Amino acid sequence: MSIFEYNGSALVAMVGKNCFAIASDRRLGVQLQTIATDFQRISKIHDRLFLGLSGLATDAQTLYQRLVFRHKLYQLREERDMKPETFANLVSAILYEKRFGPYFCQPVIAGLGDENKPFICTMDSIGAKELAKDFVVAGTASESLYGACESMFKDDMEPEELFETVSQALLSSVDRDCLSGWGGHVYVVTPTEVKERILKGRMD
Amino acid sequence: MECVFGLVGHDFAVVAADTSAVHSILVHKSNEDKIMILDSHKLIAASGESGDRVQFTEYIQKNVALYQFRNGIPLTTAAAANFTRGELATALRKNPYFVNILLAGYDKETGPSLYYIDYIATLHKVDKGAFGYGSYFSLAMMDRHYHSGMTVEEAIDLVDKCIMEIRSRLVVAPPNFVIKIVDKDGAREYAWRESVKDAAVASA
Repeated sequence: MSIFEYNGSALVAMVGKNCFAIASDRRLGVQLQTIATDFQRISKIHDRLFLGLSGLATDAQTLYQRLVFRHKLYQLREERDMKPETFANLVSAILYEKRFGPYFCQPVIAGLGDENKPFICTMDSIGAKELAKDFVVAGTASESLYGACESMFKDDMEPEELFETVSQALLSSVDRDCLSGWGGHVYVVTPTEVKERILKGRMD
Repeated sequence: MECVFGLVGHDFAVVAADTSAVHSILVHKSNEDKIMILDSHKLIAASGESGDRVQFTEYIQKNVALYQFRNGIPLTTAAAANFTRGELATALRKNPYFVNILLAGYDKETGPSLYYIDYIATLHKVDKGAFGYGSYFSLAMMDRHYHSGMTVEEAIDLVDKCIMEIRSRLVVAPPNFVIKIVDKDGAREYAWRESVKDAAVASA
């Protein structure tokens, strides 16, 4: 079994009309055994920037702590929040630092940039960025997620429709993956508010 | 194989661990206490490589005491758990400790809590947790009978059910267990469950 599949995870981020959604599953496992069904994979960096980390949970926790540290330092020096594009570059640089002993994580970054333009990207465990205009996926259920998102995605969805699309894509994909699931966590972010919702799917 | 498990009750947390010290096919002793009293209101139940287990838990215990000496107030359970995870994570890519930990504690402001920290430094706050081959039986038993806000009697009854299940269904089941509890009055030993007593040493 690959080290990326040790804990199990599923992450997806999707772009809508002046908004974005980022969603994850809730399972924390140790190979075949489920340890917890309320594990948080998505963290807020600031009000308009969210980071999801799939892969090995311990590295996700370490990486999250390092990134929050760097962002807080940036806030002190620049007296403003980081733009999503800048943050993506920071994550990429931090991952490549460990090129020959990497963090076993695949991050998904989603944020609202200048003029409330939504920004999403993912990268591999050594920081190779993958920008997308529509959706990005990561985790053990990524192949299913690619298929589900490709078929369900439409351009310029309003927040409510985006929420439905992301939720259906996530739940149907994790149902085909034994290492992820046990519900879902969806954040829909518009310029004015952040809506956090918990999904109940097949609890297995 | 070592069995450690624990759960959170209404205003207390209880952990149980087997007490056999085994090397290959030989049982060195069957009254080895694997639950360390970290400070007045914290317990650390550890399983894994025996040298690492003793060294690492003593290191954590002394550092927790140092914090109290330096700052005049004790660490919260969450802070102690995060410190422990930090030490495991730092050592992970240099000289890893093969120790799995269940950290139970009681704080006046937040009540009882239980933290699951595995040997690769994955940290998660849980209501019930377990390590080892015994976890397959104790987690299932706890999933069935656990509910939030259990009384001490109900919790000890559930712990006993788990011990009975381990004894009857695990082929290399450890014979003896120790149960420790932490509540507002502090961390203390609650009971032993022995089915094999060490023979008394004959006087010279």
